[in-house]
Amino acid sequence: MQINTRRIRKLASENERLDGRTPLEYRNVTIEPDYIPTTADGSAKVSIGDTQVIVGVSTDLEEPFPDMPGKGTIVTNAELAPMADREFESGPPQEEGVELARVVDRGIREAEAIDLEDLCIEEGEKVITLFIDIHVLNNDGNLLDAAALGAVTALKSGTLPKYDEEKDQLDREGERRPIPLTKTPVTATGRKIGDTIMFDTTKQEEEAQDARLTVSVTEKGNVVAMQKGGTEPYSQEEVMDTVEKVKDKTEEFRQLIEDAVGE
Amino acid sequence: MTEQEEVQWFDEDGKRVDGREKDEMRETKMKADVIEEADGSAMVEVGNTRVIASVFGPQDLHPKHLIESDRAVIKMRYNMAPFSVDDRMRPGPNRRAKEIGLVAKQALTPAMELEQFPKSGIDISMEIVESDGGTRAAGITAASLALADAGIPMKGLVSATAAGVVDDTAVLDVIGKEDKEGNADIPIATINGGNEVTLLQMDGDLTPEQVDECLSLARKGCAELDEMQREALHDSLTQKEGGEQ
Repeated sequence: MQINTRRIRKLASENERLDGRTPLEYRNVTIEPDYIPTTADGSAKVSIGDTQVIVGVSTDLEEPFPDMPGKGTIVTNAELAPMADREFESGPPQEEGVELARVVDRGIREAEAIDLEDLCIEEGEKVITLFIDIHVLNNDGNLLDAAALGAVTALKSGTLPKYDEEKDQLDREGERRPIPLTKTPVTATGRKIGDTIMFDTTKQEEEAQDARLTVSVTEKGNVVAMQKGGTEPYSQEEVMDTVEKVKDKTEEFRQLIEDAVGE
Repeated sequence: MTEQEEVQWFDEDGKRVDGREKDEMRETKMKADVIEEADGSAMVEVGNTRVIASVFGPQDLHPKHLIESDRAVIKMRYNMAPFSVDDRMRPGPNRRAKEIGLVAKQALTPAMELEQFPKSGIDISMEIVESDGGTRAAGITAASLALADAGIPMKGLVSATAAGVVDDTAVLDVIGKEDKEGNADIPIATINGGNEVTLLQMDGDLTPEQVDECLSLARKGCAELDEMQREALHDSLTQKEGGEQ
């Protein structure tokens, strides 16, 4: 890998990449909505090149948080399954998995993409919790974009069971309603290798990167969440440059999601 | 095994709740080499049950005190994705997953030539992404395919399925409903679809004759799966050869 790192950095300085792509170019992105049709309430499989991620949405009845008695809750969790990468270990999520889940969560939560009041059944007593579970099957880089794309597609194509008052539970067999999604936040990540900003990095490229910036954007073009990673600094100009590039990228993603979900 | 309401297990033609004959497997699909990162991998779909298995190794084994001087050591992981069941499964290993990991390891070990790789480790993992009964059997079938895909020398392929009894009648490849509400469930695994049974579990209430009948049915199922495994391996090998030219 060391040899490739040096080569990748040298190529980056000339705006080139090992696999011949331009810095902003993505690998082939495919979205399969409703990938887990029988057990999940919403789901999607996203492949970006060799990276494969499944996202499943499940629901349950829970007590609301005391400070938000009239709102449902979202819980996002990521499993970096050991099959996905030689470096991934079994056991509770490590830093990388926790960050992945939190960045995806923030993109949805901070955009107020889900009408949480619509998930309330009885104020202070009973609300629907939406679990967004990210399951990484194969890691060849850019997990953040793949997971975020999967989460939004799963929410957009998913449905909620209705509450059965008599049985005091969610009626999984009966009629369903769409997940109350008010916006479609879409997320993309720029990576800095030397002075070059790149998108959709492979695992090898991520080993050579200096820093990254993940940005979530709504359909109006507003930024709703950002997260910087890596040890090197970003200048303000580089941040704004990344934001502009993300806006272009997310428009393409939004089209892909709509094509896949069929709207 | 709750009997609050009478379930009509067979219709007038003797077909089961999902329209199958008593000795008919669910529609089964297999594909080897589905994960790029792993040394070997496979996906097995049995009806609505879907499992992906991966193999890493033979490779260095950690922690070191697990090392055996005369053979490779298998580490097995069985994991259900949170969204693989109707009521979300809390992430992380539970007692059931640990037990299944253990019996799955024991089901595969007799078919593997572990003595060829002393002091090393082989990591096998199965992720259940969608579950409708028979996940351990589908997992073992997938893991064996993944081992073969990884090129690990084996005495034979291992395939697994379950037979059960509903309404006092033996049926092959029980689905979730038949397992939960029927009389019994017997998952078995065999080598090369033959008479070497490497996994055998049972819960329920059966006569010895019924047990015998279930074993015969499940072995027939394993033989069919063995054929499909061979086809899947063949397909993936021809594809690889085709791709490299």
